[in-house]
Amino acid sequence: MQPFSKHTGLVVPLDRVNVDTDQMVPKQFLKLQTRQGYGKVLFYDWRYLPGEKPNPDFVLNWPRYKGASVLLARAGFGSGSSREHAPWALADYGFRVLIAPGYADIFYSNCFMNGILPVTLPETQIDELFRRAENQEGYSLTVDLPVQTVTDAKGLSCRFEIDEFRKHILLEGLDEIGLTLKYEAKIAEYEKSYHPGATMYSPVDAKFAAQK
Amino acid sequence: MNPRTMYRKIWESHLVREAPGEPSLIYIDRHLVHEVTSPQAFAGLKAAGRKVRRPDLTFAVMDHSVPTKNRNLPILDAAAGGQFDALERNCREASITLFDMFSHNQGIVHVIGPELGLTQPGQTIVCGDSHTSTHGAFGTLAFGIGTSEVEHVLATQCMQQYESKTMHIVVNGKRNKGVSAKDIILAIIGKIGIGGGTGHVIEYAGEAIRALSMDGRMTVCNMSIEAGARAGMIAPDDTTFAYMEGRPYVPRGKEFQEAVQAWKALPSDPGAKFDATVELDASALAPQVTWGTNPGMVTGVTDRVPDPGSFRDPDDQKAVARALTYMGLKPGTALVDVPVDRVFIGSCTNSRLHDLRAAARVVAGKHISKDLKGALVVPGSMVVKQKAEAEGLDKIFKDAGFEWRDAGCSMCIAMNPDVLLPGERAASTSNRNFEGRQGKDSRTHLVSPIMAAAAAIAGHFVDVRDWNVEAQE
Repeated sequence: MQPFSKHTGLVVPLDRVNVDTDQMVPKQFLKLQTRQGYGKVLFYDWRYLPGEKPNPDFVLNWPRYKGASVLLARAGFGSGSSREHAPWALADYGFRVLIAPGYADIFYSNCFMNGILPVTLPETQIDELFRRAENQEGYSLTVDLPVQTVTDAKGLSCRFEIDEFRKHILLEGLDEIGLTLKYEAKIAEYEKSYHPGATMYSPVDAKFAAQK
Repeated sequence: MNPRTMYRKIWESHLVREAPGEPSLIYIDRHLVHEVTSPQAFAGLKAAGRKVRRPDLTFAVMDHSVPTKNRNLPILDAAAGGQFDALERNCREASITLFDMFSHNQGIVHVIGPELGLTQPGQTIVCGDSHTSTHGAFGTLAFGIGTSEVEHVLATQCMQQYESKTMHIVVNGKRNKGVSAKDIILAIIGKIGIGGGTGHVIEYAGEAIRALSMDGRMTVCNMSIEAGARAGMIAPDDTTFAYMEGRPYVPRGKEFQEAVQAWKALPSDPGAKFDATVELDASALAPQVTWGTNPGMVTGVTDRVPDPGSFRDPDDQKAVARALTYMGLKPGTALVDVPVDRVFIGSCTNSRLHDLRAAARVVAGKHISKDLKGALVVPGSMVVKQKAEAEGLDKIFKDAGFEWRDAGCSMCIAMNPDVLLPGERAASTSNRNFEGRQGKDSRTHLVSPIMAAAAAIAGHFVDVRDWNVEAQE
C-alpha cells in the first residue's frame, strides 16, 4: 500500500450530507475484476449527462477544482454498501485526503486499506473550511499525518484525532495481512483449542467442497 | 464476573490476540463469498503467493448478478459472466464450497446461510456485503467487510477489529395487524437516523422482537447497516432453536441438544450495560413508507410528504429538497395518493417464505392494477421458491398478474436485467432507496411485503391495515 505522511493539495467542497457509496460507484461498474480504473466513473450519475458529457453543475467538473486531491465532505460520508470500489475510485481519481465530520464504518476502514486518509473534524471547523474552499479560488490544504494537523496558507490550523495504530499503518504503508500472519502461531493455537468447523449432516447441492 | 452483553460474550470467545493500542485479532467462523466483491481478493491472494487458510469455513454463492429468468440461456452481460467464471475458478482452485446458479440451494447469500444452517448462534460471520448483519438474527456477530478485508480473511481466517460500542434497542408492546418486522426496522431508522448506529453493534430486544419469526428477525437485523450500525443481533431462544433443527449443517440428536445448551448461555446477562438505549412502542406504529433517497427518510403511510422547511438543520433542509426533486414528490402530498409504476417483492430483506406467504394473502383472488407496468416476485432462494410452489403461492401471484422468478438479488441492486427505467416509481421490499439504486433516475419507496402487494393491487400506496391481513407469522 502507498504510504501517507504529508500531503498538500487543492480542495473541492462536496456540499451534500450522507453521500452513499452507490453514488461514488454505481452498480453497473461493480462487474470488473480489477482494483484500478474506477476514477473515470467516480460519482458517475452526478458527474455526467447522457452521452458521458460532463455535467457543468457538478462541482468536480468546475474548472477551478480540476486536479483536486482533497475532498471536503459533509456528515455521513460513505454510507450504505460495503463496496471497496468507492475508495478505489476516489484514489484513482487522485484523492489522497477526505475531510468530513463523520464517515460510515465500513467505508472508513476501506479508506485506510487504500492509502486514503479520512480526516474527521468537528462541524464548525468543516463549515469554515467550506466557506474558504468556496470563496477562495485555488484553496489548498496541507494535511500532516505525523503531527495530525490540517493547515492552510492563511494561518488556519486544525488538529485532528486518529487511532495510533491506523496512523502507523498508513505512515508505513503496511500490509495488514502480513501483520496478521506474524501471529500465525496464535491463530493455529486458537484453532486447536476451539475447533471451528462446518460439518455437513445432510447433503446439499454444491461444488468443490473442502474436507478438513 | 460483571454482567456481559451477548456481543461481549461472542467477542471474548473469538479473541485470538489482544494488545494495548492495537486492534484485536478475532477469529471468523464463517466467511461467505459472492461473485461481485471477491475476484480482486482472490487475485490479491494469488499475487502475494498466499493460500486460502480455511476453505472448509468459506462458502461461496452466485447471487448479485444472476438472471432470474431462464438460466439456461447464455449470459449476455460479458462482465457479469466474467465474474461468474472467476468465482467458479477461484472456488475450484481453493476447494471452496460453491452454490452456483444451477444449484438447488442457490439463493441470496443472506438467505441461504441461515437456510442451510451455516449460520449458528454464537458465531462470527463476515461477507463482502453490508447486509451480512442479517445473520445477527440468530445471536451471531455478523458484519459486512470490504474486498481488502475479504482477502485478509481468506488468508488468515481472522479480522483486525476494534471492539464496538453497544446499543440496546427495546421494542415494547404488540404490533397491530398489518404492521410487520419491516415497519419496525424502518421506524427505528427513522428515529435514530441513518448514522444513528455508527460505531455500534445493536442488540434488538423487547416483546415485539420476541414475537417475531426468524424470517421477521432477519428483516430487522438486515437493515441494521441502514442505521449505520456495524452489526445487529437478537438473542437466540426457542424460536431460533426450532428454526435450526434439521438443517443441513446443524448437528443432530444429542449433539444438537448440547449445542442448544451452549446457545442458551449467549443472551446478554441481566444488568449488562449498553453504551446507548433506545425504546420504541410497536403498538403505536403504522405501516412505513420511505419518501426520500435514504432509508431514514421515512414516515407512516397515513402521513404526508414533508416540507423541507419543517427540518431544523440547514443541511437536512437541502438534502430533503434535493430528495423530493429526485423523487418527483411535492411537499404535503398524502402518501396514499402516490401512484406506483412497478412493484418488487424480493431482496435479502424480504424474500423469505413468511414474506411471500403474507404478500400472497394480500393478492389472493385479486389482480394488479391496470396502471402498473409490472410486478415481480423474486424468492430469496431456490429452496424458498420450491417451498412456496408446494404451497401454491406461485399460482396465487401469477393469477394476480405478478411475474414469478428464480432466486437472486435482482431489482434490489439491479445488476442483472431486472432494472427500473428512468423516472419509474417502485414500491419495493428491498433495503435501499438511494438515487439510482434500482436503475438510473429510478424512484424507490421501501415498504413491507404486504404494503408492496397492496400497492400492486391498488396502483398506489394504501394503508394495508384497512385490508385486515396478518403481516407476519
